[in-house]
Amino acid sequence: MKHILAAWMRDRPGVLNRVTGLLSRRNFNIDSLQVSASEEPGISRMTFEVSGDDRTLEQVRSQLIKLVDVTRVESFAQEAIVKRELALVRVAVGPDERRQVLDLIQVFEATVEDISRTDMLIQIVGREEKIDSLIGLLRDYHLLEMVRTGPVAIVRSAVANVESEPALEPARDTWQGGGV
Amino acid sequence: MHFPPDHFRTTAPPRRITGSEMIWDACVTEGVSLLFGHPGGAILPAYDALAIYEAEGLLHHVLVRHEQCAAHMADGYARATGEVGVCVATSGPGATNLVTGIATAQMDSVPIVCITGQVPSPMLGTDAFQEADIVGVTQPVCKHNYLVTDVADLPMVMKEAFYIAREGRPGPVLVDVCKDVQIAEGEFRYDMEVKLPGFDPYPASWQDALVDAADLINAAEAPLIMAGHGIHLAGVSDVLLRIVEKAEIPVVTTLLGTGNITETHPLSLGMGGMHGEAYANEAVQACDVLIALGMRFDDRITGRLDRFAKQASVVHFELDKAEVGKNVQPDVAVVGDLAETLPALEPFIHPNTHAEWLASLTDRKLSSAGKDILTFELDELVPPFVMRQIWSETTNLRDPSDVLVATDVGQHQMWESQYFVHERAGQLLTSGGLGTMGYGLPAAMGAQMAWPDKLVWAIVGDGGFQMTMQELATIQQEKLPVKIAIINNGFLGMVRQWQQLFHDKRYVGTPVLSPDYVMLAAAYGIPACKVEEPGQVAEAVRAANTTDGPYLIDFQVKEEVNVYPMVAPGAAVDELIRRPHIVQDHGGVVPSF
Ligand SMILES: Cc1ncc(C[n+]2csc(CCOP(=O)(O)OP(=O)(O)O)c2C)c(N)n1
Ligand SMILES: [Mg+2]
Repeated sequence: MKHILAAWMRDRPGVLNRVTGLLSRRNFNIDSLQVSASEEPGISRMTFEVSGDDRTLEQVRSQLIKLVDVTRVESFAQEAIVKRELALVRVAVGPDERRQVLDLIQVFEATVEDISRTDMLIQIVGREEKIDSLIGLLRDYHLLEMVRTGPVAIVRSAVANVESEPALEPARDTWQGGGV
Repeated sequence: MHFPPDHFRTTAPPRRITGSEMIWDACVTEGVSLLFGHPGGAILPAYDALAIYEAEGLLHHVLVRHEQCAAHMADGYARATGEVGVCVATSGPGATNLVTGIATAQMDSVPIVCITGQVPSPMLGTDAFQEADIVGVTQPVCKHNYLVTDVADLPMVMKEAFYIAREGRPGPVLVDVCKDVQIAEGEFRYDMEVKLPGFDPYPASWQDALVDAADLINAAEAPLIMAGHGIHLAGVSDVLLRIVEKAEIPVVTTLLGTGNITETHPLSLGMGGMHGEAYANEAVQACDVLIALGMRFDDRITGRLDRFAKQASVVHFELDKAEVGKNVQPDVAVVGDLAETLPALEPFIHPNTHAEWLASLTDRKLSSAGKDILTFELDELVPPFVMRQIWSETTNLRDPSDVLVATDVGQHQMWESQYFVHERAGQLLTSGGLGTMGYGLPAAMGAQMAWPDKLVWAIVGDGGFQMTMQELATIQQEKLPVKIAIINNGFLGMVRQWQQLFHDKRYVGTPVLSPDYVMLAAAYGIPACKVEEPGQVAEAVRAANTTDGPYLIDFQVKEEVNVYPMVAPGAAVDELIRRPHIVQDHGGVVPSF
């Protein structure tokens, strides 16, 4: 099963290294990883997806929170979150095909960021599947170049919908430094 | 210069000093008096500043002959005192030489602070002479680490380093200080509060689980305690003993939990796991409630995990949440400091007796051959006999509480744990988690420096001793009265045992040639003797114990002797290879072990 987690960490030199180093040496399977600023100055927010059972998830959380620079870890139920990705795609389209591509772009609520006689730069934001399908369709044209973020996620309401805690852990909304 | 008496208070007023002085001021204020280290270019300013601290008798620097041993000595000092040990090295090779010692401390939760010099900050990242990214290198093997590039950060970094090393589950912290930072001046104060939002050393929501734990324990008909290093770290072996006696619960220990209760106690089953006694492991597989206290279900104690104590409900008391459910999923977990949770548990535990359960354990105990080995009339020198003799001769002379033992890694380490009769928690210093050969001698030295009046034995193999025996020079330079027993079997014995049992006796890379250790010791000015026959053991041990200063004994033991019982890798803990039956059936005949 895929779990989505967020970790907050002090913005210190090498902190990303500490987190990714821990994930890899503990043999956790990370599917994607995004780092960005958070609402709090000096604190970065990392969003990542990890595959594994609930026990793996529990290990990831309790190992991560042990890092001195990591201040908080949360895991989210997929239903409770808004999860988005962004992709930039450059496609070779001449004047003849432009209309067709613009139609596609409209359907997907994507935008054209740049255009020339020979190609078009398209930006799409949305759920993973939506981006997958637009890219799939764009492959019918000559897809020149593509860059894509992994997902970032945030919970829907003000109250964090944390994935049901394993039986061992008393119910808590967030994980504030619960390690050693 | 002379330090006024209140200089090293945390409340001393801020003052302008160099980065080097900050390092030592912080150490002294933290209560450090010993540094184990080796100098070099990038740490030279700090060494220069050390002169005054040495002259004032505030800090004493022990020059090691290899930085690995600086870390092991700091580790031995820390294990023997419960205080933070400090080691010092230069950049590059000095720092990388520390790594094995740091990893050893990390695996066994030992608080040490390692101070390394680094190239000047403007040269970082240029492959400057003796530059190594030691923060990157040690990140996976330490609790936390720092690179200091600004002298303004140094006081807080030092304070955090000691705090993190000591608090919660202890561990090593490395502070890498650029050379220009050591030279630069800045404001030093030590009255600031450590604020680490991501570091919560003592989880505190264990109260509810405690009641569930007590219910399970009180209802048990065949309870068993498995006590680990956490008992010693939390200093609660007295509480453990009271609980054990009140509810009549037998105790198995892990290797690092050795001595958590006195091994002569009727409820002590000694060590469990790969080389634990059969009855200890059988108890694990027969109990109905397994109470794990301050331990982490390492594979050496559990054997095959999917067949470990499956019949039992498991209660796990542990400080580190990440250890709960990592290997064994407990039915009840009490996550908190054992110094709090165990005393809190005590009143909930009902007085109880478990006559039937204990009787079944006694039966199992009687079928064990452990004692037979020791009562043989031997005409060959076998290690179990040597071990028991060292112990009995030493404790005839000195109160057992005055004796500390450090072991290296291998067969002799297991024999020590089987045949010494440990009295108290923390009496044995050994590398359990990492299994670091070369640990024994420097760890004994660190312990001896902590307790100059105790009798400290280093029990080492001929293989591991040769990894760190250069420290004999340090023993002499520091005048340390460490007693050294080399269990010289001509082999990397533990590996040879595996080759014998699992690789058709192909002894590849395991025969090990030794120098003449008596001559070697003589070269360092250390008295020594060779023991080749059982009859010579007691006298040699007496000579060592009564010699004022260090002493070395080369025990030339029978070569191909195996450690039994043994749980083969991949086997369940009760599927033991027992001591050969000949031992059990025929007293007096020398068996082929
Ligand atoms: C640094 C290191 N290298 C290799 C090993 C693997 N190893 C474990 S026990 C052992 C043999 C130790 O031989 P010796 O010191 O003679 O002790 P003995 O087993 O003979 O008592 C070896 C090589 C280790 N534990 N540590
Ligand atoms: Mg050997």
